[in-house]
Amino acid sequence: MTGKGSKTRLSPSQRLALAAPYGWIVLFLIAPFVLIAKISLSRPATARPPYEPVFDLTDGFARFLEKLSSLSLDAYRGLANDSIYVDSYLSSLVIAAVATFFTLLLAYPFALALARAPQRVRPMLIGFAVAPFWTSFLIRVYAWIALLKDEGLINHALKALGLIDAPLPMFATSGAVVVGIVYSYLPFMLLPLYASIERQDATLREAAADLGATPWRAFWAVTFPLSREGIIAGSLLVFIPAVGEFVIPDLLGGSDTLMIGRTLWNDFFANRDWPAASAAAIVLLALLSAPLLFYERLRLKEEERR
Amino acid sequence: MTEALLSICNVSKRFGAVTALDDVSLDVGAGEFFALLGPSGCGKTTLMRAVAGFETPDAGRISLAGRDLAGEPPYRRPVNMMFQSYALFPHLDVAGNIGFGLKQQGRSRAEIESRVEELLRIMQMSGLGARKIEQLSGGQKQRVALARALAPGPSLLLLDEPLGALDRQLREDTQFQLKDIQRRLNTSFVIVTHDQDEALALADRIAVMRAGRIEQVGAPAKIYRRPRTRFVAGFVGQTNMIDGVIENGSGDWFVAPFGRISVASCNLAAGAKATLSVRPENIEIMRGDSIGGILGVVDDVAFRGESTLLRVRVNASEPLLVSSTKGENLAKDDVVTLHIAPDAGTLFAEDR
Amino acid sequence: MKAGARSLAHWSALALGFLFLYGPIVILVVMSFNASRLVAVWGGFSTKWYYALLSDEQMLNAARTSLVAAALSAAFATMNGLLAALALARFGRFKTRTLFFSAIHAPLVLPEVVLGLSLLLCFVALGIDRGLATLVVAHATFTMCFAAVVILAALRECDMTLEEAAMDLGATPAQAFVKITLPLIAPSIASAYLLAFTLSLDDLVIASFATGPGATTLPMRIYSQVRLGVSPEVNAISTLLLGFVALALALSAFAMRGRSRAA
Repeated sequence: MTGKGSKTRLSPSQRLALAAPYGWIVLFLIAPFVLIAKISLSRPATARPPYEPVFDLTDGFARFLEKLSSLSLDAYRGLANDSIYVDSYLSSLVIAAVATFFTLLLAYPFALALARAPQRVRPMLIGFAVAPFWTSFLIRVYAWIALLKDEGLINHALKALGLIDAPLPMFATSGAVVVGIVYSYLPFMLLPLYASIERQDATLREAAADLGATPWRAFWAVTFPLSREGIIAGSLLVFIPAVGEFVIPDLLGGSDTLMIGRTLWNDFFANRDWPAASAAAIVLLALLSAPLLFYERLRLKEEERR
Repeated sequence: MTEALLSICNVSKRFGAVTALDDVSLDVGAGEFFALLGPSGCGKTTLMRAVAGFETPDAGRISLAGRDLAGEPPYRRPVNMMFQSYALFPHLDVAGNIGFGLKQQGRSRAEIESRVEELLRIMQMSGLGARKIEQLSGGQKQRVALARALAPGPSLLLLDEPLGALDRQLREDTQFQLKDIQRRLNTSFVIVTHDQDEALALADRIAVMRAGRIEQVGAPAKIYRRPRTRFVAGFVGQTNMIDGVIENGSGDWFVAPFGRISVASCNLAAGAKATLSVRPENIEIMRGDSIGGILGVVDDVAFRGESTLLRVRVNASEPLLVSSTKGENLAKDDVVTLHIAPDAGTLFAEDR
Repeated sequence: MKAGARSLAHWSALALGFLFLYGPIVILVVMSFNASRLVAVWGGFSTKWYYALLSDEQMLNAARTSLVAAALSAAFATMNGLLAALALARFGRFKTRTLFFSAIHAPLVLPEVVLGLSLLLCFVALGIDRGLATLVVAHATFTMCFAAVVILAALRECDMTLEEAAMDLGATPAQAFVKITLPLIAPSIASAYLLAFTLSLDDLVIASFATGPGATTLPMRIYSQVRLGVSPEVNAISTLLLGFVALALALSAFAMRGRSRAA
């Protein structure tokens, strides 16, 4: 067993085993980010690929230097000046934060009830709770269109019950996007919460009751604080990807619902502006870097504990 | 201790087909150190949890200071429990744990602080209030658990196997501390344990339980010297169980396989089968062969410091265990004579 | 006693939670059998939308592409994921382990548009024409991470002393792993494959970036139809997809149950 500070040396066969996944990750995951950075410093062009300069291995050193000097921060400047981008970033952060909050609000009682359910039915209940996650994301978001539209089921039911006269405009709003995010990402919040609550020692609640805490107070004094890790992990698992969501705002949001994922997509596919899209991606990553690092640290700390 | 503090009357509890408590009744006085002693599965833990409020009896009444506790949830009972696993809150420090019950009572911050200080002093842990639970040793955790349960000032404290998790040396030290604290605070302690040494050493009175019933209640000395049932005789302390038959002649006799023993008069009929329980220290042993005693041969000698435990083969299927303070001169295969005085043992009828 | 009321609260929370989760799905399935195009009007039970699907060439091709891509990419993902999990669980603290660990866990949270964009740019830089091959590679990349996490969890639960016993009896570490541990974690390898498969099958964003003409996936096809509004045909294909996944889940749950009973 090696000490905490020293690094293990790998045997040749271990190196071989690691080569495939490691190589794959470097080639298709890590290196591309360098590419994105590079393209974000390029200019759009009507060519294939639609940006310049394009580095070529056959270039001589002089040509290389020439291309290097033609890199610029134009794309970034364009982003900063474009109000759509600035608004998209802000709006994405806000919508993702609101959605994360509501996801937590909905998932917590559910996770609590799951953790307190009788032992024998628990695996089954969890299986059912997570099953929708395995079905198509797209389909589940699409189902909400049918529910939220003016002539959709919810409005229809409310009208039939006589609660409203005119349909409530729920579709094509930021609210619909929040609902969509909450619905789609619920399992991501549910599982860490459940795991964290389930892990708690059952006698702690008894001890709290014995010392005079009603169930309500015991929850806030003992159960909730101890589930902090699950709350943080779940919130990160929802917030970070939600900021860059594309499908949900595109299907459920209105034309004034700005989210960065959608804006980036449009710039890339509709406007063929690769440098702008790349710059947008880099800025998005920069914005998310704090929560991302926090998430990675959480994972590493969890690993340490084993 | 005139009126009982805790009164348990005819309490029964079943879990499915298993009867955990069968018509159990007992009283605990104010300021008393009481022990519930018995093997696992005897119902002692169920009874304790019923008093704390975590189990509801199917029948019977539990009252504290005259007040019926039926229907009262645990957080409203003036009873506190020290859990076997301690159940310390990992997200609170030592002071936070000890003050938890006080906070629930709504006391002021100043009050809580001073009471926590006081308890830390009693537990000889002054200055450790800010420690994290995970940094504490086993003995320290136990003291924090005890302090936490005592802080709200309950009139009755339940302790679930309080010394079980400690190593032997720590256990003996803690025993004295526990008794000391109990006397000083004059709180009633009820400990639940399977360890008879613990019960004998700590308790003012012991209730020996088996299969959901109380076999005997009494002071340690009485339970040891005058066990009421076979089970109590065998469970508490070592004993020799000798099967035989009663013979009434001039005086009562107990006929064992190895000879006749004169016994104090009993109300068993002549010819009745019975068992005589005799503690090793109550059998006299002498070297050589003398009249009127039980002849035997030493099989094994175990020197124990202040006494010697000898295993003596007699004319019976089982050897007799004899404890002697002068037996160190004896060795294996020595011929000895044993003597059992009429009041040395306790007779039990066969079906007990 | 209060406990009863609390139990009721718990069961209500569960009921409401499941209602929220499954409500939209159930409605979708019901609507796929609705003869009427309109959502709010029930026009009678009908399977005509399913028939319409069968004659929709583009939809069928897209379904075929998706299934092939899912099967292939999941295979790559599971293999890579297994090796990655092995390295993380058993190779100790090797150099650059932290980087590798973070890279493996990153796709779990990164926004899909970022992942898709990076993969596309990678293909362009390598000069590879986009098509089925790039689709498979892209899917294998982002699902590998999920597979690795699942298998890693199983490896950690594994009792090392079994492998040690095997080595004590003469097996090399590699043999011990293959003969003892691998069979024990087989269920999670299977569920890692299933997870990678369904993730690939469902994916829209990364596929849009990474695939090329002639290799349109089912979600891409559905998406282009959905942009035009609620379509009953989409309800039908959705129900079929849901049914397919539900069947796969049920089969795997059945297989796992049988296994754990035997264990």
